[in-house]
Parts: sequence; C-alpha cells; structure tokens
Amino acid sequence: MSVGDYIRSSQVWKSIFRHPAPRDRRNRVVVMLTNVFLHLHPVSVRKSGIALSYTWCMGGITFFLFLVETVTGVLLMFYYRPTLEHAYNDILLLRDVATLGVLRELHRWGAHAMVITIWLHMYRVFLTGSYKPPREFNWGVGVILLVLTLFLSFTGYLLPWDQLAIWAITVGSNMARAHPFVGHEGPGASLLQIGGVPLIHSGADARFLLLGARAVGENTLLRFYVLHCVAVPLAVALLIAVHFWRIRKDGGISGPL
Amino acid sequence: MSEPTNVTGTAPAASSKPAPPPKPAPPVKTPGKAGTERRIFLFAFFGALFGSWIAVAWTALTLSMLGMVLGTVRFLFPNVLSEPPSKVKAGFPDQYEEGKVVDRFKDQNFWVVRYQGIIYALSTTCTHLGCTPNWLEREEKFKCPCHGSGFKITGVNFEGPAPRPLERWGISIAEDGQLLVDKSKKFQKEMGQWDNPESYIKV
Repeated sequence: MSVGDYIRSSQVWKSIFRHPAPRDRRNRVVVMLTNVFLHLHPVSVRKSGIALSYTWCMGGITFFLFLVETVTGVLLMFYYRPTLEHAYNDILLLRDVATLGVLRELHRWGAHAMVITIWLHMYRVFLTGSYKPPREFNWGVGVILLVLTLFLSFTGYLLPWDQLAIWAITVGSNMARAHPFVGHEGPGASLLQIGGVPLIHSGADARFLLLGARAVGENTLLRFYVLHCVAVPLAVALLIAVHFWRIRKDGGISGPL
Repeated sequence: MSEPTNVTGTAPAASSKPAPPPKPAPPVKTPGKAGTERRIFLFAFFGALFGSWIAVAWTALTLSMLGMVLGTVRFLFPNVLSEPPSKVKAGFPDQYEEGKVVDRFKDQNFWVVRYQGIIYALSTTCTHLGCTPNWLEREEKFKCPCHGSGFKITGVNFEGPAPRPLERWGISIAEDGQLLVDKSKKFQKEMGQWDNPESYIKV
C-alpha cells in the first residue's frame, strides 16, 4: 500500500473528504456539490467562458482584486489605528518600518486597479449585449456594486489622514450639503420643518450623517474606517453573491444571448 | 454585598438535616367565567381590527422591522460633538491696522480685517468647495490653492470658480472691550446681510 493510499484510507482523511477524487462526470458533480467551497463554482464551464477575447476576464479579475483588497486590508488593520493621534503615523510606520510594508501600497494600487477593471468589465458587458433581458437585473446589481466600490475608494482615501485625504473628503462631502431636501444648503431643505423648527440643519442633514460631525474630524475618521472595513465590504460580498448567482441562473458565463 | 435573601422563605438545609418534604404541585389555573369572557372579547376586538391573527402577526412584524430601521438611522446621528467654542475673543479694535488682514486666527476659521472704517471677521472657508484660501498681501487678494478662487480684501469674489463672496461671522464688542467673533452667526453679502450691524464694528 502506498503512502498516498494509506493516508486516503485513514479516518482523518475520510472524515474530511467524503468522496474520492473525481474520475468521471458523475463523480465530478458529486464532489463539487458536496463541497462548500467547490459548489460556489459551476461544475463545468463552457469553452467560450475562458476565451479571453470573449470575456476579457475583467469580471474575474475584479473579483480577484476584491479578494486581494480584503486580504491586504485585514493585514493592514493590525497596524493601523483610526484616531487623530495615530492614523497618519501608523501609515508612515507601515511604509517604513513594518516588514513587507509594501502591502499598504499593494492595497492602494489594488484599489485603483479594481476601479479600472470594473469599468472595463462594464464596457465589455455592454459591448456583448449581456445586459439585455433576462440579464437586466444583474446589470442593475452591477451598477450598485460599482457605486459601492467607488464608495469604498472614497472612505478608504480618508484613512491616511494627510492633507490630500482631509481636503478631498471635505470637498466631496460638501456636495452632500447641497442636495435637495436632505442637504442643509440645498433647495427645499427649509420646507422640511415642524412648527418652525427646522428638521434639516448643519447638525442634522445628509452630510452630518456621513461625517458624524459638522466638519471632517475624529468622528469622520472612525465612521469611514467602520464603513470601509466592515459595513460596505459586507454589502459588497452580499451583492457579489447575487451577481454570480444570477450569471449561473441565466445560463452561465459567456453563453449565447 | 449582603447575603442574598432567601426568596422562598425556607431555611437553608444543613448537611445533617433531612431533606425538606416535597412541596405540593401548584393548582392548575382553569379560566373561570371572567377569563372566558375576556378571551371572547379580545378575539372579537382583534378580529374586527385585523381580520385574523395572521394579520396581527404581519402587522407586528412590519412595525417592529420599521422601528428597527428607523432606530438604526437615528443611532447613526451623534448627539455629542466635540467642537471648539464658537465665540472667540480677538483682541482690541485698536490693535488692528487700517487696510490690513490679520492671519492670527486662521486656525480658528476666521481673518480679522480692518478696511474703510469697519472691522469684520471673514470666514476662511472658500465658497467654492470648502478649502482654505491664503491672504496674499502683495497681490492684495485672498487666493484659494485648490481651484484658484480669488477674493478682494472685502471678501468679494472676483476670479476663479467661487460663486459668491466669503462669509462674515458675527462680530461684537465684549464687556472687556475686546472683539468677540461669533461663529454661530453667518452673514452673506449676496443675501444683503452685510448691512446687518452684527456683521461689522464701526471704528
């Protein structure tokens, strides 16, 4: 009996892998469907699904970059503190002192690359008409994913807490105060009042909700940190699941329209 | 902490004492006539109001879900803010030279300007997108580094993308004679508010 056979007949192995490695199509199906990680992927994919000239692979690359961002992001979280006192210096320490501190740059470059690949992916989907019925809803889900990715970029941009970050977020969030009705300097805000008491003012409008204060400060840093690291990634993960599910249910990637 | 009181009232059993006798089972409550009437009334009341128990359940679920969402949104609006005080003392009026802009309070979000017989406090927030302009003495203008908005010594915009003049904060004389700048009061020229005497000090 070879070592491999011995291991594969052991109780430890058999308790983890219930079926032998696939040797024919039916086997393959049963192995895929009984494994929580493998069943996320379809059992088999059309040949056109891996043809680069058909799909550009941009959707797949975007997902890969999302995973890269998640892993690098979690690692960065071990050395970054989202407070006024520490934020800027922690980033400097990551760059100069931490081993493989280039992770911080990888995270940043990955973010830029992800936005680019998302646009290329949307462009490809448009060119191949893969937004047409029955795939219209998935296009909508994709647009929401785009907005959430841009929001991830926006919230992440503040975290180094340098001049570029503070002013970019100040300028970006100032747009929220000019929104109709929900911004305190926007049209219609004065209409929302109860008995003369304004409901929308500098301490209670969309911009205040976003920043957690009336100007970019400590509250904003913490708020953006939580949004960037927890809340929005969870929402994105959920929508990615819907997005992939829809592709499979509509006939798999790179199928005929 | 004092000894916890023994709610049942029975004495704590010592190891030598025999086990206390088992207590009789509590009497089963059967609904008396009043209970049956109450049940009929509740049934009729809610039945009439909702049509069925399922409707009650759905209503309860919807209301509680709505309550939780609204509660979450309200939770996200902080009630306590740590901001610097809005009223700032800015020295005596005689300390300010005619035709000059003072940068001393730039970190506190205002310039003190004495020009053409009045002293006023200009907000350091560019009216374009919120950056902080710089006072350029030689060129006699405020110039915003972000997108190039330019303002005259009066605060009036004359170049760049700024759509309106810089804002003035409320200014008055405190009891000790010093200038008192009140950043909770804003005066905008384009709304005609610079005629308001609270926006300047005559000297």
